[in-house]
Amino acid sequence: MEGWFISITAAILIFVGLALIFGLLLGYAAVRFKVDGNPLAEQIDKVLPQTQCGQCTYPGCKPYAEAVAKGEAEVNLCIPGGTDTMILISEITGLEPKEMEANEAEHKPKETAFIDEDVCIGCVLCIKACPVDAILGATKLMHTVIQSECTGCDKCAPVCPVDCIDMRPPSISIENWQWPEPNIIPTVPSEKISESTINSNLNSNDTDLIYNEKTTEGDSK
Amino acid sequence: MQEYVLILISTVLVNNFVLVKFLGLCPFMGVSKKTDAALGMGLATTFVLTLSSVLSYIIYSYLLQPFGLEYLQTIAFILAIAAVVGFTEMAIHKTSPALYQVLGIYLPLITTNCAVLGVALLNVTENNNFLESAFFGFGAAVGFTLVMVLFASLRERIDASDVPTPFKGAPIALITAGLMSMAFMGFGGMVH
Repeated sequence: MEGWFISITAAILIFVGLALIFGLLLGYAAVRFKVDGNPLAEQIDKVLPQTQCGQCTYPGCKPYAEAVAKGEAEVNLCIPGGTDTMILISEITGLEPKEMEANEAEHKPKETAFIDEDVCIGCVLCIKACPVDAILGATKLMHTVIQSECTGCDKCAPVCPVDCIDMRPPSISIENWQWPEPNIIPTVPSEKISESTINSNLNSNDTDLIYNEKTTEGDSK
Repeated sequence: MQEYVLILISTVLVNNFVLVKFLGLCPFMGVSKKTDAALGMGLATTFVLTLSSVLSYIIYSYLLQPFGLEYLQTIAFILAIAAVVGFTEMAIHKTSPALYQVLGIYLPLITTNCAVLGVALLNVTENNNFLESAFFGFGAAVGFTLVMVLFASLRERIDASDVPTPFKGAPIALITAGLMSMAFMGFGGMVH
């Protein structure tokens, strides 16, 4: 009679005690290891270019980072960030790297906005549109783009009422000069090449150097 | 000292929990697609296994045995394991969010990983003392991690190779696991 009573009481007490100890331990751990927000999204947000350009179809960089962290978005949607950012995101999340879908973002070198200062009327519309405050100017005064700040998000060009903004590749300097790409099979018609060489504001000596092969191949210069 | 080394060799190679005793096959198949994830899973399991085998030894010999409550060992061990897993999950979520994301559902599933409960119960049946239990649990976990990483590396190479269509994915993985198990049988008889 007494034997089984003691053993059942002991069993109940032991298990209540164990549950209490483990409950307290887990309760302490829940406070100690509290996670604010989604740390993965914050890590991704840090490597994004913060242009808030919306080209990923999300309203900004933070919502895109959260979508990637949740696994709802692909890693390759950030066009201003390009392939470098895609690789960083895939390293953070452990997801497979994917080719950039927008081919232009990958093949074109990074472009920045240029304002044709003779045409600019000083309307400040582009200043309002710029997500990174890279455009300098005031009302009725000429505007210009701070090249080192411009991320090439292409948000200012459509809002310009006089169409004086165009996107150009950065000018070639000692820091970013590269050997010309091998031109085995010309895939671009020669007219287009000569046009682009005229458009780009390259130093004339450098232009000759780099496009030497291409321009000698084309019949018209 | 030699005894503990023998326990380690026995649990890691000769009586490997995954390939010889066929315990813990769920994460073995589930989290072995990438070496990083397999290593993370192995380390998480190592932590849980070592701690839970020690905890379950303490619970068994200081709480259950004196009161003649050995028949409640399974429930008590599961309680201890679940607490350790819950703690590990919170710690990983805080310290390594990417690993937390990769491990996903398999992290809480360590609770029901039969290798973890298996180690706790085997400690009882083999009458291991405190240190032996700790080494037994740690060795089992190291063996688990070793096999996980080896298998994940194999699967990464298989992914890159030309597998006949009917064998792609899970079938070739199961065949690989079978071949690995046969290879580990080569250690049989070295230590008990």
